[in-house]
Amino acid sequence: MSASTAGAAMHLTLHVWRQKGPKDAGRMVQYPARDISPDMSFLEMLDTVNERLVESGDEPIAFDHDCREGICGSCGLMINGSAHGPMKLTTACQLHMRSFKDGDSIWIEPWRAKAFPVIKDLVVDRGAFDRIIQAGGFISAPTGTPQDANGLPIAKADADLAMDNAACIGCGACVAACPNASASLFTAAKISHLGALPQGQPERKRRAKAMVERMDLEGFGGCTLFGECQEACPKGISLDAIMQMNRDYVLASATAVEEKVHADSA
Amino acid sequence: MSALRRFWASTIGKKVVMAVTGLLLVLFLIGHMLGNLQMFVGADAMNRYAALIKSTGELLWVARAGLLAAAVLHIVSAVQLTMINRAARPADYAKREPAVSTIASRTMRVGGVVLAAFIVFHIGHFTVGTFHPAFSHTGVYGNVILGFRSPWVVLFYVIAMAVLGLHLFHGAWSGVRTLGLAKPSPDPLHRKVALWIAIAVWAGFTAIPVAVFLEILR
Amino acid sequence: MTLKLDAKIPSGPLSEKWDKHRFEMKLVNPANKRKYTVLVVGSGLAGASAAATLSELGYNVRCFCFQDSPRRAHSIAAQGGINAAKNYRNDGDSVQRLFYDTVKGGDFRAREANVYRLAQVSVDIIDQCVAQGVPFAREYGGLLANRSFGGAQVSRTFYARGQTGQQLLLGAYQALEKEIARGGVTMFERHEMLELVLVDGKARGIIVRDLVSGEIETHVGDAVVLATGGYGTVFYLSTNAKGCNVTAAYRAHRKGAAFANPCFTQIHPTCIPVAGEHQSKLTLMSESLRNDGRVWVPKRRKDCGKAPSDIPEADRDYYLERKYPSFGNLSPRDIASRAAKEACDDGRGVGPGGRGVYLDFADAIKRVGRKAIEERYGNLFEMYQRITDEDPYERPMRIYPAVHYTMGGLWVDYNLMSTIPGLHVLGEANFSDHGANRLGASALMQGLADGYFVIPYTIGDYLASNKLEPVAEDHPAFVEARAAVEARLSRLLSVNGSRTVDSFHRELGRILWDHCGMARDAAGLKQALEEIPKLRAEFWRDVKVPGTGAELNQSLEKAGRVADFLEFAELMCLDALHREESCGGHFRTEHQTPDGEAKRNDEEFAYVAAWEYAGEGKPPILNKEPLVFEHVHLSTRSYK
Repeated sequence: MSASTAGAAMHLTLHVWRQKGPKDAGRMVQYPARDISPDMSFLEMLDTVNERLVESGDEPIAFDHDCREGICGSCGLMINGSAHGPMKLTTACQLHMRSFKDGDSIWIEPWRAKAFPVIKDLVVDRGAFDRIIQAGGFISAPTGTPQDANGLPIAKADADLAMDNAACIGCGACVAACPNASASLFTAAKISHLGALPQGQPERKRRAKAMVERMDLEGFGGCTLFGECQEACPKGISLDAIMQMNRDYVLASATAVEEKVHADSA
Repeated sequence: MSALRRFWASTIGKKVVMAVTGLLLVLFLIGHMLGNLQMFVGADAMNRYAALIKSTGELLWVARAGLLAAAVLHIVSAVQLTMINRAARPADYAKREPAVSTIASRTMRVGGVVLAAFIVFHIGHFTVGTFHPAFSHTGVYGNVILGFRSPWVVLFYVIAMAVLGLHLFHGAWSGVRTLGLAKPSPDPLHRKVALWIAIAVWAGFTAIPVAVFLEILR
Repeated sequence: MTLKLDAKIPSGPLSEKWDKHRFEMKLVNPANKRKYTVLVVGSGLAGASAAATLSELGYNVRCFCFQDSPRRAHSIAAQGGINAAKNYRNDGDSVQRLFYDTVKGGDFRAREANVYRLAQVSVDIIDQCVAQGVPFAREYGGLLANRSFGGAQVSRTFYARGQTGQQLLLGAYQALEKEIARGGVTMFERHEMLELVLVDGKARGIIVRDLVSGEIETHVGDAVVLATGGYGTVFYLSTNAKGCNVTAAYRAHRKGAAFANPCFTQIHPTCIPVAGEHQSKLTLMSESLRNDGRVWVPKRRKDCGKAPSDIPEADRDYYLERKYPSFGNLSPRDIASRAAKEACDDGRGVGPGGRGVYLDFADAIKRVGRKAIEERYGNLFEMYQRITDEDPYERPMRIYPAVHYTMGGLWVDYNLMSTIPGLHVLGEANFSDHGANRLGASALMQGLADGYFVIPYTIGDYLASNKLEPVAEDHPAFVEARAAVEARLSRLLSVNGSRTVDSFHRELGRILWDHCGMARDAAGLKQALEEIPKLRAEFWRDVKVPGTGAELNQSLEKAGRVADFLEFAELMCLDALHREESCGGHFRTEHQTPDGEAKRNDEEFAYVAAWEYAGEGKPPILNKEPLVFEHVHLSTRSYK
């Protein structure tokens, strides 16, 4: 395994948010990042800095990461004021250091939202997203033997639209980038994914209502269509999803029937 | 009632109210602007137009009440949403780089405050006459000419209309999308119609004080 | 042999075994199900589908994952697709053929009955996933689309763009969240299992660490399900997520669960080559790319430095098409990987360090157009460009094999129960279905088969057939296990040496890649078996783990995992050394045909090697489960 050195090593200055625990006050701390290869991913750059911190007896910078191929949605860093950094359609783990120049200062902060409390350094708690899904981000199809998969033809355009929205990785960049810390794009993506499919119709109104109400309850802001979420989304989910969510929500509210508990379902 | 309350309690509900009232106000503005442009036709035309509106009697008051209600709902929903949105990010970033949000979208709140102040002044200026040096209930044309004698008033109108243009550039587009009335688009941030509305309303309203000030209208 | 390895394969004809078994298994009375607590460790395809389904049935489920959300489990990264014997293409597929392809693809080292069942339930998986709203690719007529995949001559792979694993996992995750909301499942995110607890010889609980507070927790249950994935990250560099680890499986192994065929590791042929020393993981380019890409290297060494477009057709060696005319670029993974290694060993590799081969789409783009290629692989091409800064539409991709999947795992019987009663193992964590080599698009199938359609039946049989005494958290076994976990953590924190955990992990990875990677030999394995204990000793003498145990401490998490890898690696090399044959992903250079193909030894090695832990510092004990092939004729795998 040999190294290629396509570009010369860079020397950078990092400004990183350090916070010991959820209840502690945090602050920005400056670190040098010397001899950084342009072929490194952003997280490999942080690995390198962390290795040096540990060797010199300091605590490494905590950050969430796992798959490092842009699909698990674990990593989430505000890099120089942009969610996941400067490159479009790219998660922090897929961002490479060739996007920076020698001598650059890089500001690294955690996602900031009331609904995403900081756990430590750059690690935040995104449990609110799971709870939004719990509210209705599913199709109730218990394991069993439903009809044959081809028994339900679905127009390619519908399947494609569903897939566009299902591509969400739940990283939280939309919330982080939104000046209102709104989770609208995340919530709308799931509502639009399931709402585009015939299987999703029976629960469509119920889903929109419950998920939106949960989203509000978690303390996210509202959508004022700044458009920053769409730009920050590493999977390119469209603002159109939010339009769909609003339509579904309005329709669900307008035709709301209070759910009755029937004796036979007890 | 509980369904309506639940709707209003949600961020989308408030935003929908803001969008509906906002779009109503946009329609009003377009009509108001077109009517005002009769200033350029002449004093008789303008005064006739004003008299026609006054002659509607109760209907005028219904329209006024509707506009007032729309404005109040628009403002209340905006204030409440702003509070929710502020609370959603208690600690802000040390560094932040807006990518696609426009100046228009980022100045909706402060612009709204300016516009609210303007509306109060404007009504006092041309409807009630409190802030007018020589208000006449029948000579609308003259009111306008006299009212724009002061450069400060003209300046305030010009600034306010620029703010209004920005407000509409975001608001007209955002309102339609909030209500889900736009078609899905490969570039949802594109806003041609809103741009034309904003320019037309801004230009139409700005033309009058500027024309008076430059003595094109006299 | 001290263990009794009873695979509990039902009697009767192969195609009727599962039905018959389902009828014969005992059922738990619906009203009694909620009295049982099942602990599911892991929330990937297998874990999430099992937890959701068990909860739907009425069991009381607790599910654990080390990630911040169950949706992040590494199943999410699977790109290409999921196999199912639907025969929607009318191209000759059937349950029998999927079964046969899987056994043959696994180089005849898998258990027939398990594989047959897998092929049977594959059909139900697609139905289930569609019902959940998984947006599989569709044709204009609205029916499901298929693609073909390595090791098969039929088109049976269902896919959702290049994100099939993500979509299937989100389906299972959403089912899981639905059950969490209903109260059937309690989810423990950011919790890592550090010990298995046995009471009266049965798995009755686990000790976990809350990764946020550092608190050590005890969880008591009636059965434990491990769905904790594979151990590919033992190589440090692999396509696995950084968090993937062997800890849960290895801790269970130390408590008595036999570990089967640990040397069966799969090297994936299409990964982005290593760029430098800083490399933290390798990125897979879906195997589906081989449907349209042609693999080649220059015929002459001196051409390797040239731009690929400057090498004329006549000077290119499309070695897979040349060596394996009938399967060509779709040869199974192990074969394609080894062929790439041979080409590079021969000095004909391309790119940095000469460890890469071209995967060329020029012909496909000419044939079907750029738009069609973009539709099929757009996101993969983008990913490639982001990482390498090269445009694969214009210039062939560079690829090289990398560790990807581990066929070995905890030994399980037909019911997916390990040698510890009550401990069930699903998905990649078990050994059961892929033999010595896994075919593409079969991992997703197995994970979901185990979780949705097998364990819900078999765990009921276990619970209904065993009298389980109530156990409290203060049972001596739990108290002892908890103390052991705490002692180990404080030991890791107190070494306070000079080297980082990652530096040990990287060194271990290098030893294994060099000696227990794509090609292995006795001398190298023996050397590895000398180096690993030395490295382990140095680890415990010189590792540096900053911080405390009472907080989020990622160094401590890694240290525990690497400590287990340092023990497990030895088991892997030992297994590789003992298996004096080449089969599937296990290629011993001593055992090859004159033209360099793997040479199996069915007389001596047609068995599952199930290793039993014998205690600290003692060599593990080899137990053998003979593999009986009644329905498949043992043949030399040929893809020529």
